[in-house]
Amino acid sequence: MKTLSKVGRYFLMLKSIFGKFTKWKILKELILKDIDTLIIGSMGIVSFISFFVGGVVAIQTALNLENPLLPKNLIGFATRQSVILEFAPTFISVIMAGKVGSYITSSIGTMRVTEQIDALEVMGINTYNYLIFPKIIALSLYPLVICTSMFLGVIGGYMACVYGGFSSSSEFIEGIQMDFIPFHITYAFIKTAFFSFVLATIPSYHGYFMTGGALEVGKASTVSFVWTSVVIILLNYLITQMLLT
Amino acid sequence: MIEVKNIIKSFDGIEVLKGISSVFEKGKTNLIIGQSGSGKTVFLKCLLGLLEADSGKIFFEGKGLEKMSVKERSVLRQEMGMVFQGSALFDSMTVEENIMFPMQMFTKKDDDEIRERANLVIKRVNLINANSKYPDEISGGMKKRVAIARSIVMNPKYLFCDEPNSGLDPKTAILIDNLIQEITAEYNITTVINTHDMNSVMEIGEKIVFLKDGLKSWEGTKEEIFNTDNEAVTNFVYSSDLFKKVREVYLKV
Repeated sequence: MKTLSKVGRYFLMLKSIFGKFTKWKILKELILKDIDTLIIGSMGIVSFISFFVGGVVAIQTALNLENPLLPKNLIGFATRQSVILEFAPTFISVIMAGKVGSYITSSIGTMRVTEQIDALEVMGINTYNYLIFPKIIALSLYPLVICTSMFLGVIGGYMACVYGGFSSSSEFIEGIQMDFIPFHITYAFIKTAFFSFVLATIPSYHGYFMTGGALEVGKASTVSFVWTSVVIILLNYLITQMLLT
Repeated sequence: MIEVKNIIKSFDGIEVLKGISSVFEKGKTNLIIGQSGSGKTVFLKCLLGLLEADSGKIFFEGKGLEKMSVKERSVLRQEMGMVFQGSALFDSMTVEENIMFPMQMFTKKDDDEIRERANLVIKRVNLINANSKYPDEISGGMKKRVAIARSIVMNPKYLFCDEPNSGLDPKTAILIDNLIQEITAEYNITTVINTHDMNSVMEIGEKIVFLKDGLKSWEGTKEEIFNTDNEAVTNFVYSSDLFKKVREVYLKV
């Protein structure tokens, strides 16, 4: 019952975000600030993880191709499929639930604890719109992060494979071009669009409705990470079931 | 003027406010006092509209809050200023930006006009060389001054303060109390202050409402508080030896 009431409150929050809008001049500044923090600020860690995980996927695939009859271009093929279909859109999103989600929950939660949200409300500001809407818009650029992750994941795989001596450059490139289905890219970006909305709203919900003090801000960040990850994994399953089967 | 009639508010079946009625007059500093847990903050939040009372009526200049449209409530909110216990300054903004913020949100004035008005208010609350500082770079007393400046920058009709001098040294606390009283008279606003600081009561208590267990136990002025025979008030106000002696001397005179 309590969980149902929380879900209900989440959807009421979503409705309120699109209620009374904040002045565009102020909103524009908030959106740019959030793009800087949430998108540009995440590029470094996403690039680092994608490059090395792409490399590890290629090495693992190469080490498991023991049968000499299996062509070496399968390494490139497996790396491309793993990175584009799952690693970049889904697992980077789970990592972002930790990085961006915790930031959103703790920043809004701290504003709640220090009565800054109450101060905004007393002024007659729609705090849902002021605090959460800029994050939704900023994270609409999240597919750019995933695009970078896909690119660097495949590059990482190529470098590990070629310079590790597991296959030749031409074999790897042949592999990443083999049986390419463009819809897989579309599928990955559809997932990403849903995940970006989840990444903006669930952590905001946990920050906005938290009660207590500094300790509870930490707890809210952890709970927010857990729920954001759970929702991302469930959505991933549902979207895959609907689009790929 | 704010009139409150029979306000009741419960949380999870527990009545925190059990029917409070009072009138807070314009141009006066109205103090709500009482022990921790007596319902002061909940009462103030009901007046501010941050909490919806279960029953009862609140009138602002004779107009009932519950009968106001969304637009009228929004206008009313812009006529309110609030000084929070912890100041509630936006920590991503400088002192000047904090004070300019309400005007940027709700007026069509250009930045130069807004800055001019903000600096006028900054001068009024005696903030010196703090415009470009962030809230974590200034003292507690200065934070309160910024909060007061932010709350009066829009020329409010109503000023609410929740424990405005908590965490301040006695000298700064008196300065803040006097500043609030001066501003109340100067701008002719209705000021409601939540406090359990007895110095504030004696210093600026033009009207005092004493809450006990969610009920209004007593109301009067700072002069009347010396003569009251209400046991709850005397136990609360004269709980320290210093104030007991002050009362004895006052009554002798």
